[in-house]
Amino acid sequence: MIDSGLAQISRALADGKVSSTELTQDYLKRIATENGDLNAYITVCEELALSQAKAADERRSKGEAGAFTGIPIAHKDLFCTQGIRTSCGSRMLDNFIAPYNASVVERFNAAGAVTLGKTNMDEFAMGSSNETSFYGPVKNPWDRSRVPGGSSGGSAAAVAARLCAGATATDTGGSIRQPASFTNITGLKPTYGRISRWGMVAFASSLDQAGTMTQSAEDAALMLNVMAGLDTRDSTSSDVPVENYSATLDRPLDGLKIGIPVQHFSEGLEPAVEQAIRDAIAEYEKMGATVKEVSLDNSHLSVSAYYVIAPAEASANLSRYDGVRYGYRCANPVDLEDMYKRTRSEGFGAEVKRRIMVGTYALSAGYYDAYYIKAQKIRRLIKNDFQKAFGEVDVIMGPTSPHTAFPIGSKNDDPVKMYLEDIYTIAVNLAGLPGISVPAGMVNGLPVGLQIVGRDFAEAQLLNVAHKFQQITDWHTQAPGK
Amino acid sequence: MSIELADVENIAHLARLHLSDAEKQEAAKSMSNILGLIDQMQSVDTANVEPLAHAFDAVQRLREDVVTETDHRDELQEIAPETEDGLFLVPKVIE
Repeated sequence: MIDSGLAQISRALADGKVSSTELTQDYLKRIATENGDLNAYITVCEELALSQAKAADERRSKGEAGAFTGIPIAHKDLFCTQGIRTSCGSRMLDNFIAPYNASVVERFNAAGAVTLGKTNMDEFAMGSSNETSFYGPVKNPWDRSRVPGGSSGGSAAAVAARLCAGATATDTGGSIRQPASFTNITGLKPTYGRISRWGMVAFASSLDQAGTMTQSAEDAALMLNVMAGLDTRDSTSSDVPVENYSATLDRPLDGLKIGIPVQHFSEGLEPAVEQAIRDAIAEYEKMGATVKEVSLDNSHLSVSAYYVIAPAEASANLSRYDGVRYGYRCANPVDLEDMYKRTRSEGFGAEVKRRIMVGTYALSAGYYDAYYIKAQKIRRLIKNDFQKAFGEVDVIMGPTSPHTAFPIGSKNDDPVKMYLEDIYTIAVNLAGLPGISVPAGMVNGLPVGLQIVGRDFAEAQLLNVAHKFQQITDWHTQAPGK
Repeated sequence: MSIELADVENIAHLARLHLSDAEKQEAAKSMSNILGLIDQMQSVDTANVEPLAHAFDAVQRLREDVVTETDHRDELQEIAPETEDGLFLVPKVIE
């Protein structure tokens, strides 16, 4: 049963074919065997999971269960969980046990979900390969010598290796979609503001967005039904009405207008990946969609603008790690400045320090206009490009990543090489739009993801478009060998 | 744009980071590479473009000015590195 998708598990629980306790025990058993090598989980919470499962089974026997009651999931280790360590993949928070639950965690607990554990991630979500984690790299279940992508590499690997029914994750520049693409799962980054950021460890607040990692779009809809909605504790949480994302999955796609950005099919894209993506788009034409080229003229500047805006916001957000209130503190500080400096130098890893430095530089006197304001102007141009394209088409499709998963250690010599990993995903965050990566083929035994981008708050449409593809293809049902 | 060691030291101080000599060398090199990437922005004329700080033109929501938080001092201080009598302790600042 635990190889099945989340929606199937939900139905089996409703039909009484399996109990949450049985499911939870099976997942915990598999995690005990597999996680040592994959390193997908930083923390496994066996005791909590079993007690939540028992409570879920009792709730069901009283006839009070909902669609999510009893489903075992994992949370990326930047969602605060009361009483359980939230490390954010960093030595800085290795000893941090949050005194409260994140909004997302609250909602899943209220729905009766089971928390199996907290998943590995790049330190403070800064990375595209899950190699910057203080807890070591995660292996890609499809080829254990390769990365699972990042920053949500642990959530991706856990879903791909069937170590949970679904996982929460976050996406600041591609951190849900790119690992989903590398591990053959479905990764949804909703519109900025659709899901509360309250209780999520902050990286770049104008870009951070929680989302879902699951086997299918149908599964993602069930998770989004729990997660989406207004939360006044997050000042940028949206009050746009929430839909029932499961209700419109089967809508026909006749007349759907698909835009293909020329810039996402240019140099740098691996030919076999391009072929898989073009084949996937041809499937949509068979379903009655029409395809036309669109131009995102400034998309080549998205990585440049992002690497000003995200580090600038990060340098401000991460100033809170001062060794005073929580987290790591260096030993025997001689004075306050020594405490700040050594706490931060010993607590943060190399990539986090690099981004704090870049952000501090971009915000410092004399450079603010040339870098920070310039980047915000480029951000407007990028958003305008999307608005123009969405005047002509309903969704935009292309590759999630220019290639398949790369070997562990192969891109660590130059940070810029790693930054360019997110070339097709970053613009979507800058514009605040929803995007999803859907399994769309294999190249030499490694998964390829199709990225679909929609208009603001068009999650229901994106899930519908993704689901219809999964009704006529079986890429998303393929699992890695054991 | 290339970053010199003196720049690295200044930025590290502003960010309250202590870097070893090897880390400073590495930072000068990698930051110069990153600024090379960032400088591609200068290829576009943005003279008449309004900066976009946030993806949506949302306004700050306001609420009634009433007390909604309860006292969590003890729980919050339980995870602090060092406290005494409800205070966070830091190295001596004033002699």
